[in-house]
Amino acid sequence: MAIELKKTDVVVVGLGAAGGVAALPLTLAGLNVVGLEAGSWLTARDFAPDELRNNVRGWPQAAQKANNEIPTHRPNASAPYTPRLPIHPMMNAVGGTSLHYWAQSWRLNPWDFKVVSATTRRYGSLRIPKGSTVEDWPFGLEELEAYYDKVEHEVGVSGQAGNIDGAIDPRGNIFEGPRKRGYPMPPLRGTQFTDRMAATARKLGWHPFPGPAAVNSTTYDERPSCLYHGFCNRGGCHVSAKSSTAVSTIPKAIKTKLLEVVPQAIATTITYDDRSDRVTGVVYVKGGIEYFQPADAVLLASYTYENVRLLLQSKSRAFPNGLSNRGGQVGRHYFSHNQSASVSALFPFDLNNWYGLPAQGVAVDNWADDNFDHSGLDFIGGGNLWVYSDRRPIGAASMSTFGKAPVWGARWKSFIKGNADRSNVAYLQKTTLPYDDNYLDLDPVEKDPMGFPVIRITAEYKDNEKRMGPFIQDKMAQWFLEAGAIAVENGPTGIMGPSTHAYGGTRMGDNRETNVVNRFGFSHEVPNLGILGASVMGTSGAHNPTLTAQALAWRTAEHLTANWTAIAKG
Amino acid sequence: MASKTDSDAPRDLSRRGLFKQVGAAGAAVIAGTPLAPGEASAREHTAQCHPVATAQLEALETLTAAEADTLEAIVARLIPSDENGSGATEARAAHYIDRALTGPLRSSREAYAAGLAAIDAYAQSSKGAAFARLAAPDQDAVLTDLEKNVATGFVPDAATFFDLVRAHTIQGTFCDPYYGGNANFVGWDLIGYPGIRLAVSEDEQHLKAPQPVRKSAYDNAMFTMKGSDHGHRT
Repeated sequence: MAIELKKTDVVVVGLGAAGGVAALPLTLAGLNVVGLEAGSWLTARDFAPDELRNNVRGWPQAAQKANNEIPTHRPNASAPYTPRLPIHPMMNAVGGTSLHYWAQSWRLNPWDFKVVSATTRRYGSLRIPKGSTVEDWPFGLEELEAYYDKVEHEVGVSGQAGNIDGAIDPRGNIFEGPRKRGYPMPPLRGTQFTDRMAATARKLGWHPFPGPAAVNSTTYDERPSCLYHGFCNRGGCHVSAKSSTAVSTIPKAIKTKLLEVVPQAIATTITYDDRSDRVTGVVYVKGGIEYFQPADAVLLASYTYENVRLLLQSKSRAFPNGLSNRGGQVGRHYFSHNQSASVSALFPFDLNNWYGLPAQGVAVDNWADDNFDHSGLDFIGGGNLWVYSDRRPIGAASMSTFGKAPVWGARWKSFIKGNADRSNVAYLQKTTLPYDDNYLDLDPVEKDPMGFPVIRITAEYKDNEKRMGPFIQDKMAQWFLEAGAIAVENGPTGIMGPSTHAYGGTRMGDNRETNVVNRFGFSHEVPNLGILGASVMGTSGAHNPTLTAQALAWRTAEHLTANWTAIAKG
Repeated sequence: MASKTDSDAPRDLSRRGLFKQVGAAGAAVIAGTPLAPGEASAREHTAQCHPVATAQLEALETLTAAEADTLEAIVARLIPSDENGSGATEARAAHYIDRALTGPLRSSREAYAAGLAAIDAYAQSSKGAAFARLAAPDQDAVLTDLEKNVATGFVPDAATFFDLVRAHTIQGTFCDPYYGGNANFVGWDLIGYPGIRLAVSEDEQHLKAPQPVRKSAYDNAMFTMKGSDHGHRT
């Protein structure tokens, strides 16, 4: 039997990018919060600039939970499984993957909230891709604006505003929705290479701008500005300039003395009581011992795959198919961001991209979302073009040879000697939609070391994604070639395996037949269970999900505090 | 203590000597037998005073001597030493792989046992001698057969083993020297990597790269075990 602990107000499962944010509004409102985190505390000393450990070996210094439950993947229900990834895209620690993520901190475009209605209005309903289960969000950007603003300031985001209350500033993203005020810090600086790319984009008549980053460009909240040392990509920050929740909202919540962080705690079940029709707490294992943490409300914030897995494995008489899954919607509407179909370029001169960070770059949104006319095209949505400064030696030596050399031997060696610092790979995030037959469930065979099934991904890109890829690649290739590249190479539309940008599975929406959580992020079926993270997002847009997941987390937490009695004591 | 090696001097000759001399002793540090405090600096002192020009002696951690001979011969063809400078041999990529196979890469140990035996058998049957005994053009022909996945006798297939060894050879040639490869920073010199800096200025992000720094991440005490004494120089 589990050891029963003293009851608390709220248990947050997972203190990563989303749970680590939610803890702050909860504790500021005076609620007692227990934060269960599968990982441990890591500090600056754990964040060596070590490519092998960070980028190849999957953070051996962190608690190894995610790497023990890597999802399986098959493109569709009748296709063979693809090989399992050697390391999980996410990691476990207080602060979660916000410790080593790229820290691009985008707001979604207004269109992303209204894909169905806006597409229907502009192009007709026939343009919604066949088989897609996409819905409008239950609210628009204007509802989320205040929460984006809150997180940008509490976490710490650098950037250049492009639209303050409708006033367009061409130094920023002219396509962004209106915001009430600018970023709390100016954007990260450019490099000579990114400046060159920006100038080229302007020559093409496009609108380049520095992207937003949860990385300090100046001293902020007593943390120093970025040192641009080049190991931010899957690396922690040795000076805490990256605004992970471990150095921003979590310490602020701890200061209230109302947040208890329980590290190395692996949640196994969310418990439910059918007499009261409420969740009653969370069972977790720490140091081989099982505990039960009772609470009046539970916020599930453990990343898309684990959110779905915990719900599906939390079975009871009332929920034989998993908690909050009477409607069979847990695991549905899953998709991961189409980041494949990239473009690599080879330049005839050194770029000195050895330093900097993935968030130090230049963006073009002219071909993102519905920022351009799709009348004559065969897809909806679009892609963000992103060029940045980031290179490390093992990665550099593993570069494409652009068909100009073999991949080993003397000719290869000669090629990389001359070209290791002359290539650049663009990051192209493209609108991806949910479809009826893309979903998550429990793998019937593979289990984690505790004996629980891992998540199985059944998903593949459909026509809309496949048609958009080459269109976006053409734009990117044009940009590279105009900037002086002598060769470009298009990457393939890849497979839809485990991803850092995994959406859906517990989608948010007013219709309880097609969504797991309501417009505030609480379960349609269990009133005191809230769900945080990109698993509630129904569309991806063309930008990184983290800031949106964090804004939603703040909003869900705030809704709980404002309706505490109704939700937690009802 | 060896704090002088923290300087930004592009090359530290005493350390290069040390790399060559204490390879086996240093390997023991990584395997979990730390040197006593002061021991490494004493060795370094010795290295400075009595540079040793003899060939380096190498303990094997998991590979058999025959496997190591074959692996050394493979990495020497994947990244050869030639007019473009040092290759995987000087970087000690095989040493890196041998050591990693006892730790982070241990799940590949059996693949190496099987693959190295298979490449020797294939070399024997197609070229008449074990891989390490073949002339370079024949070695290249055998490796090409692996790469093209036409070589027989491999499980699951030759290309899988080729890709595995190639990836690990790149790691061993371009990794932080802490891990026993990229000895004397020959990999980083080859591709012009200007080195690990903990802070990079705006000027250093202009198209012309700054002067190289040749340091391990773990030459920065903030990332090492407290009390350790730079036992990473293998």
